[in-house]
Amino acid sequence: MAAVSEGRRPFWLSGRGVVTGIPYLWLFVFFLVPFAIVFRISLSEPMIAQPPYSPLFGADGGYQGSFFNYELLFDDALYRAGYLNSLWVAGCATLVTLLIGYPMAYAIARAGALARNLLLMAVMLPFWSSFLLRVYALKTLMADTGLVNALLLSLGVIDSPIRMLQTDFALYVGISYTYLPFMILPLYATLERLDWSLVEAAEDLGCRPWKAFLLITLPLSIPGIIAGAMLVFIPATGEFVIPNLLGASDTLMVGRMLWDTFFNERDWTLASALAVVLLLFLVLPIMLFQVVQQRRGATS
Amino acid sequence: MRRTGGRVALLTLVAGGFAFLYLPLIVLVLFSFNASKLVSVWGGWSVKWYGELLRNEQVLMAAWLSIKIAVINATGATLLGTMAGLALARFGRFGGRLLFTGLIAAPLVMPDVIIGISLLLTFVSMEQLIGWPAGRGVDTILIAHITFSTAFVAVVVQARAGGLDRSIEEAAMDLGARPLTAFLLVTLPMLAPALASGWLLAFTLSLDDLVIASFASGPGSSTLPMVIFSKVRLGVTPEINALATLLIGAVALAAGGATWVQIRRMSRG
Repeated sequence: MAAVSEGRRPFWLSGRGVVTGIPYLWLFVFFLVPFAIVFRISLSEPMIAQPPYSPLFGADGGYQGSFFNYELLFDDALYRAGYLNSLWVAGCATLVTLLIGYPMAYAIARAGALARNLLLMAVMLPFWSSFLLRVYALKTLMADTGLVNALLLSLGVIDSPIRMLQTDFALYVGISYTYLPFMILPLYATLERLDWSLVEAAEDLGCRPWKAFLLITLPLSIPGIIAGAMLVFIPATGEFVIPNLLGASDTLMVGRMLWDTFFNERDWTLASALAVVLLLFLVLPIMLFQVVQQRRGATS
Repeated sequence: MRRTGGRVALLTLVAGGFAFLYLPLIVLVLFSFNASKLVSVWGGWSVKWYGELLRNEQVLMAAWLSIKIAVINATGATLLGTMAGLALARFGRFGGRLLFTGLIAAPLVMPDVIIGISLLLTFVSMEQLIGWPAGRGVDTILIAHITFSTAFVAVVVQARAGGLDRSIEEAAMDLGARPLTAFLLVTLPMLAPALASGWLLAFTLSLDDLVIASFASGPGSSTLPMVIFSKVRLGVTPEINALATLLIGAVALAAGGATWVQIRRMSRG
């Protein structure tokens, strides 16, 4: 009935249009337009001024943008290595997170109603407590004089402390640890909605539990795996805090290079170009994530 | 036999997973009561680091600033996110819906450094163009936080609104309620749990954010994560353990309370 009376007015002038329009406008101005501005600044050259980059149009109105910063990025082996290493580290950490998270999501989805709620809360609890403090907790544990080394030394397993901090190992542990809930929750959502009678039917027909899992449960949970993997992989690629606190001082990751270029070298134009290229690397995964989200929204 | 074997293996994996999640936090809490300054040496029970924390003016001021920002952010993001979530769950197709869906999904996964740098460069450009915002401080941190928190609230509200029974609202309107009245009296109360968890989520996200706040803040507006980060980088300080314990305790209390309410509601049927 309401649809009829509102149908006469165009959508954007109706009450619904206003409700949609306000958040739309906000995100447009403060989320979408900023990318255009970053792209625009990446075409300028750095200069000592306020703001510290050359104008896009000269005093005579002529266009004077250049791909100077992009050439710099592609010519320098350091930056190439930074991008590749970011993708590699994020990919490995995502795989580790999936291997740890899948059994947990599976068990939670198959638990009774009460246990399920408690276990979900137990997964969420570390997520609610500070990200930074969880990284800090890992740092204390893995330090040369930390508890893990102290324990191993006193048990006589090792003679001298193992160096864990400032290695890639610490990086993988850090990302898997802090992003684990992001993997478990979408996986759980998919597994919880799964039609378990299919698995039972397979087992009744003589399929072994492992085979039933591989042939039925795993393929049906692929949307959850993709959503979880994207929620871990994309932010991990641009991660700044974890490589800075746990990784080696020369760990090459784009997030960290971007931060250093911006705050330490104060080259806003090169930092912008770093962000644009990183974004290009992530556009495909982000679109994949959105497609999975929409499909899940449509089926629910 | 095979089945029990699989079960034991699964339980072991799950127990291992939860141990991985909780061990670092438990050690952190335990060592906040350590009298010794060294993290690996137990020097007996003590609450002296809590005392140190309460005397640390810099940490307290940053904490207060962070809480203020988190409250305003959560309220703003809940308002915007609720509108966005309802639009996605209820309004069907409209022009620009695809872009709108993208604008809601992208902040969920976008790396913090990209959001941070793009907002800062936007603020600088806006200042050049229209003279606002003049410099950076609490207001720019708030805009930045509301921008990324809105998306999270929208997802929570959309999920809840999509599962609601619309016939009750339709009944109210059939009985003569105007759409706005029906929304306020029928839809909003049904959405309340989603609004509450959306608000809490936005509050936590804001309280937790280091990277975006670092880009959006100006001199004199250091949030708690910024202070913690600079301390942690310089080395391990036991008073951070005390601070972490207080924060973890607050979260555990809130989460425990929420679970308790939920379980009671479930057992009542």
